[in-house]
Amino acid sequence: MDAIFIQILNGLDKGAAYALIALGLTLVFGTLGIVNFAHGALFMLGAFCAVTFQKLVTISDRVRDEGVTAFVAYKETPYLEIWFGDTGATIIDYSVPLSILFAIPIMLLIGFVMERGLIKHFYKRSHAEQILVTFGLAIVIQELIKAYFGANPIPQPAPEILAGSANVGSWFGLGNNLVYPWWRLIYLTFSGVTIFSVFAFLKFTTYGMVVRAGMRDRETVGLLGIDIERRFTIVFAIAAMVAGVAGVMYTPILPPDYHMGMDFLVLSFVVVVVGGMGSLGGAVCAGFLLGIVQSFASMNEVKEIFPGIDQIILYLVAVIVLLVLPRGLMGRTGVMDD
Amino acid sequence: MTDMKKPVLNDMLLLFIFSAVILLMPFWLEPFGAAYPDLLQKFAIYGIFAIGFNILLGLTGYLSFGHAAFLGVGSYAAVWSFKLLTMNVLPAVLFGVLFAGALAAIIGFLSLRRSGIYFSILTLAFAQMSYNLAYSVLTPITNGETGLQLDRSDPRILDRMFSEGEPAAGLPSTDLFGVTMSGYPGFYFCAVILIVCFFISIRIFRSPFGLMLKGIKSNQNRMQYTGLNTRPYMQTAFIISGMFAGLAGSLLAVTDPLAGAERMQWTASGEVVLMTILGGVGTLIGPILGAALIKYFENIFSSFNDTVLEQAFSFLPESVLDVVVPLMGLFVGSGWQLTLGLLFMVVVIFLPGGLVEGFNRIFKFIRSGKKRKGLVEPTQDQASE
Repeated sequence: MDAIFIQILNGLDKGAAYALIALGLTLVFGTLGIVNFAHGALFMLGAFCAVTFQKLVTISDRVRDEGVTAFVAYKETPYLEIWFGDTGATIIDYSVPLSILFAIPIMLLIGFVMERGLIKHFYKRSHAEQILVTFGLAIVIQELIKAYFGANPIPQPAPEILAGSANVGSWFGLGNNLVYPWWRLIYLTFSGVTIFSVFAFLKFTTYGMVVRAGMRDRETVGLLGIDIERRFTIVFAIAAMVAGVAGVMYTPILPPDYHMGMDFLVLSFVVVVVGGMGSLGGAVCAGFLLGIVQSFASMNEVKEIFPGIDQIILYLVAVIVLLVLPRGLMGRTGVMDD
Repeated sequence: MTDMKKPVLNDMLLLFIFSAVILLMPFWLEPFGAAYPDLLQKFAIYGIFAIGFNILLGLTGYLSFGHAAFLGVGSYAAVWSFKLLTMNVLPAVLFGVLFAGALAAIIGFLSLRRSGIYFSILTLAFAQMSYNLAYSVLTPITNGETGLQLDRSDPRILDRMFSEGEPAAGLPSTDLFGVTMSGYPGFYFCAVILIVCFFISIRIFRSPFGLMLKGIKSNQNRMQYTGLNTRPYMQTAFIISGMFAGLAGSLLAVTDPLAGAERMQWTASGEVVLMTILGGVGTLIGPILGAALIKYFENIFSSFNDTVLEQAFSFLPESVLDVVVPLMGLFVGSGWQLTLGLLFMVVVIFLPGGLVEGFNRIFKFIRSGKKRKGLVEPTQDQASE
């Protein structure tokens, strides 16, 4: 019983990352009709926003180390600590959550520039060409990051108070074996909130209503005198921001490196397609579902029966779903039928 | 594209010029610093890979993101042939092609049920499955992360049968009836196969089969309304394309007898897509051009470093040099992929037909300049949705 719960929890945090990236991907696809292969790069850029922020807050000065008396020793002390003492130290400790505030405007800006600069010229081109140009863009972004930050993963510690594990089992009276890292719980909550806000934005605001109408039929919305293109630009920026903050929050779980975007992109595409192209709910469900399926497949009991199943399960599920349900789990008819 | 109008060059003439250019590569590439056998072999091998990919993408419009799986299978089959049977390259190439063809038949049978992006994702999923399995469960066959290598204790049944006495010390090398397949002989072997493949590709493009595939590309539904079952045609095109990839994979093993799983990763599939698009989809010569260009970038640009750059720009004043060299250094050396990505974006944005379209435009511009006729032909060569 405990083992099953642990696998579900393990699956949820990976699933949360898939769901967040797939949400942005399918939002962009549903509104702008763009297949964005650079979306994984946006996730990666978000993660590197956290790295940059941490670098900024830990700009250091060499200070005489008073603790060492035998010789003159120096230690690196961040300016924030020199100026603000303990408050500064706390800011550094909380650099990952705080860098969300830093990442949001940057990611919105990147999304805006990307849409206006490149994507808008590709509305009328074929999907293959969209895939290719965004793939090229992803390579460029990736290489720029590699040139600046180097090729090695850069660990980002979670705040110290959240470093341990939560005894989830005892909350539900299931014994003490069920432990789960605090930060992953935070990540799960965070992704829940983000997904909920995106849905609320689309469902309960007039702005979102217009966007949804545009997803259905952009010509008619345009005929009603609404500048749908501008709204879509905002939607693209929001999708970029969602991917970005997902990347920021994922850094304590996986130290960011320049190719993490590509690694997640392939799986996110599988998630989007399994969920059904252009279906937001489908993307989120499929994200969590595939995350959980993957973590179950990596249980030793399962691996004994089907060796190597954990390596291929996601693709296997994708292949079966696509062959049995051509439009994915929740896809609408008429989307990408060719 | 040369759809309905007469091709500019007679096919036989084209083949002749092509063969001459390929076979004389060691000479005319000398000034570009690319005339060494390792690189020339890669030009030829990836040329074959791209030709095969182009038969699928260029003729049918189906974008496969999993062609690297066939490349990998071809390599593994060839190395196993070296290990078990003989160091002669002909069986290795044969097995590479056959196994890749068989895998393509299975993957194609399943993937071709869907079109558009679903097809791309299906092929990607199959290729990633092969890659992940090659790394994990199939380790007895693929030797996992280390990669499959030759060993002195390999059986090599046929070789043992025909040679008396103990073989020479060290690992044996691949050969074609006594000619060692490394260096220039290896290149010429690959080059001859490339020329044969190019010939096959011309024949396919001009054949009724090729026309049928082009018809499927421009409107599959309409083809079906005429009572035609398009699936066998698609399936055949997919298998042929997979066999070309397997051939390329086995040639990789011929020139360097080891096979690793990373050849099957999706980035490798992405690479062949890049090659084909960069050169020009649906053109005969484009994919080879793209393959050569990318391999040239990979080998030549990545070998540049700051010292080389400093020498190249040494005529500049010191202060300018300090700015220019780090800036240029971003684009060469380990950052050559940045150049590749930028180049690729530029091509997709401004020249959807690839480099070949670029040449055609220049050619047309010069001709129209001569005739003073402002005949502008619409460049609507991409298939309609």
